[in-house]
Amino acid sequence: MTQLSTLPDEALLDRLQCAAFGYFVQNMNPRNGLVADTSRDNSPVSIAVVGFALSSYPIAVERGWMERADAVQRSLAVLRFFRDSDQSGSPTATGYKGFYYHFLDIHTGARVWQSELSMIDTALLMAGVLTASMYFTADTPDETELRELADFLYRRIDWCWAQDDGDTIKQGWKPESGFLHYGWEGYSEAIVLYVLALGSPTHPIKGDCYTAWTATYQWENLYDNDYLYAGPLFVHQFSHAWIDLRGIRDSFMREKDFDYFENSRSAVSIQRRYTQLNPHEFAGYDENCWGLSAGDGPTDEQPDVFNEERRLFGYAARGVPYGPDDGTLSPSAVLASLPFAPERVLEAMRNMLTRYPQMLTDDRLASSFNPTVGASVEQPWVSAGHYGLDQGIVLMMIENHRSQFIWQLTSACRHISDGLRRAGFEGGWLRQGHPGGAH
Amino acid sequence: MSSFDASITTPKDDYEDKRLADVHPQAWVNPEPADRYALIIVGAGSAGVAAAELAIAMGVKVAMIERHLIGGTCLNTGCVPSKALIRTSRLYAEMRDAARYGAKVPDNIQVDFAAAMERVRRIRSHLSGRSSVRRLAALGVDMFFGNVRFAGPDTLMVNEQKLRFAKAMIATGTRPHVPTIPGLREAGFLTNANIFNLTELPPRLLVIGGGPVGCELAQAFRHLGAQVTIVQDKPLFLEKEERDAAQILSDAFARDGLEVRLNTQVTAVRVENGRKLVDLVSADYHSTIEVDAILTGVGRAPNVQGLDLEAAGVDYDADNGIGVDDFLCTSNPRIYAAGDVCLEEQYTDTAAASARIVVHNALMRGRKRLSKLVIPWCTYTDPEISHVGMYVREANRKGIPVKTFTVPMHQIDRAVTDSEEIGFVKIHIRDGTDTILGATIVARHAGEMINEITLAMVAGIGLRTLAKVIHAYPTQAEAIREAAKAYVRTRITQRLRARLQRWLAR
Repeated sequence: MTQLSTLPDEALLDRLQCAAFGYFVQNMNPRNGLVADTSRDNSPVSIAVVGFALSSYPIAVERGWMERADAVQRSLAVLRFFRDSDQSGSPTATGYKGFYYHFLDIHTGARVWQSELSMIDTALLMAGVLTASMYFTADTPDETELRELADFLYRRIDWCWAQDDGDTIKQGWKPESGFLHYGWEGYSEAIVLYVLALGSPTHPIKGDCYTAWTATYQWENLYDNDYLYAGPLFVHQFSHAWIDLRGIRDSFMREKDFDYFENSRSAVSIQRRYTQLNPHEFAGYDENCWGLSAGDGPTDEQPDVFNEERRLFGYAARGVPYGPDDGTLSPSAVLASLPFAPERVLEAMRNMLTRYPQMLTDDRLASSFNPTVGASVEQPWVSAGHYGLDQGIVLMMIENHRSQFIWQLTSACRHISDGLRRAGFEGGWLRQGHPGGAH
Repeated sequence: MSSFDASITTPKDDYEDKRLADVHPQAWVNPEPADRYALIIVGAGSAGVAAAELAIAMGVKVAMIERHLIGGTCLNTGCVPSKALIRTSRLYAEMRDAARYGAKVPDNIQVDFAAAMERVRRIRSHLSGRSSVRRLAALGVDMFFGNVRFAGPDTLMVNEQKLRFAKAMIATGTRPHVPTIPGLREAGFLTNANIFNLTELPPRLLVIGGGPVGCELAQAFRHLGAQVTIVQDKPLFLEKEERDAAQILSDAFARDGLEVRLNTQVTAVRVENGRKLVDLVSADYHSTIEVDAILTGVGRAPNVQGLDLEAAGVDYDADNGIGVDDFLCTSNPRIYAAGDVCLEEQYTDTAAASARIVVHNALMRGRKRLSKLVIPWCTYTDPEISHVGMYVREANRKGIPVKTFTVPMHQIDRAVTDSEEIGFVKIHIRDGTDTILGATIVARHAGEMINEITLAMVAGIGLRTLAKVIHAYPTQAEAIREAAKAYVRTRITQRLRARLQRWLAR
């Protein structure tokens, strides 16, 4: 097998992207279309991962990795499941008010782990649902049903309820205790959530809700980069997976003469500078080995961790510049920055793959690795198995880099463009529709 | 089960005798009152003493009345004892952390808690001389001890003595606010008012409330060896501070081995077979912990009861204290208020500054405004968290375009040499100008560093000028200049760069 890191760019990306797609094939329950959160034993379903799966099928069809009919059946299975799922909001239901619990049993679809009804994860799921409905536009009974189901599920969500009479959208709700009141201040991956909540034809939130959220933004200059601050890299990626934020601006970005795409480019520069400075002197860090983001990580309890009184955080949202930082890097977070800074990303990926080939199994990236607590510098600790979120974001961002395919699909989606406009976005492709928009 | 005795009595020693002789001598006899005072000050805490000193310097006849102890919360049960204790606690933390500095960790580090508390009392007693009744009397203040009741718009009673005034200032401060938790009173609890009387370390301490007092003492007691659980009903500590600052503090607490319970409420305290059990709930997660002592640090209540403020026509509120305008005047034009009893910002220096405003406005018909004060503050955890001026969310709310220049401490040589890289300097400016709106500093010595920014704000100095100020190298305050230099670099526009290139190419 050819050493991946020596392949030309296109071939390298093709291999990595195809392998990422394989995750969704291998970890799906064909009976209901639900997809596991991770490839580990007894993993529950993450509804966000299902959103990525639904977005991955059109890509696979276009790239010739899956038959269209197969893709339609997989999509239909999961959309039907959600349509028929228990929406009573009981502790063992699947959802409530059109939203879904974060983690579900892969066989029954019932809530597990006492997880919260998750607004952001429902939004990521819905972004996938709408993507599927924009692609499968053939006039066949199956594809027609698919579009109708997508419309039904989107219209069913009561976004307004999720405000709980507050200024912004709540992050979660539990049948046992009601709305969660975790502070959700500052820039986050929630643009897609607000856009979908604003674009709803049935239960939209008000535009001032978005303004109330952006009022918590922090516009900073760090390491000589101007940027809208958010520590973990994934924050700078998730909304971009579905929404083409190049050249369109809300009122915050107009004031700063910037846009969210440029901002994600700054985030790459800041990650590179941080790992170069390497304040905690972790092994491996440099400007071509970065990627502090949310993901798996070592804990002190694990037998393969060689740790001298370091504090390890396990699964955590690692960020720059304030941490938490325990020497763990997420290669998928690097690769998912591809559209923003292709040269920098490819350079780093090649470097990281060459130095730490253990992060790859079957061409698929592990959630994270940590050379500081490995058996030796050449043998980093590597997260076992694979995570659906990592594979999904890698798959979509490689596609957006290669062909802008997902952006073209979603830019033609009226709910999304309506949501963007109601959030105050203007300019760019919003003026005259997406340049590549086929619909 | 531990043998910790949670009943608190003030230790009797020479230090305490000396302090009480300074701040409330038993044998004190109140002076014969004058017919009428130009200014009567009710409460001899930081605000009261500052007002008395200024008024005396202006040649005005002043009476000051204290119910309890001169020096107020700051000297007796607040800043002074807590900072003294924090210093000892930091030393123990550093001993355990010695390897980080290339030093040998001492064998068998055993905390001598009684010695730490004795040092607290010694220092408090040493500093009490500055607020001693004899010193104030020698300055010319008529010093009264007793309970005050207003008897009319220009009259008050000290015990049974009647005093008349042209102007009065109420500076009675605050007391610990004890939350209404079933079983808490029965089980007994500590507040800042009695925690410094401890002579024995509670092995397991619960701190209720994640404000500045709760955070400081929780960490200090952890460093002194207690097993500490801190419960906060909000998603982060120090809810006023910015998210990153509070997050760094949470991380520091986790590093120190504090048990952090955010988004958590205390629902009940129970004593069963001599064991103190505390029920907690976070969303739908119920748990019970066993502790030896409970510290409530959840807030302060203004001392407005028992003063018969109605008789003086002074409006007040049991939660928010005495109502004042921007000139610190109450609803009675003869009566002003200063310090914690009327201010949102409850800090010693702010209390003193507000008292000086009162003296100017009351005695010299001044028009000095409270809102013009630039007020810095600091929470003395490790790292310290200090702030001055506006927060970003405040600027956003007011529609002021704001930009933040951030310098992580790991970019500063002196922070690296001292292994104190945790934290940052953030300076908020009005975007498009170099005007400083505010700043937050998280660093080992953030309290010392914030003063430079306060000076700049008061003097109207912007980042452009700060960038020119050479700082001694290597010092941690260089982080402030680095932020200013980053600002200057953003002003080197493309056009300027192009012009320079052309000139160099000639």
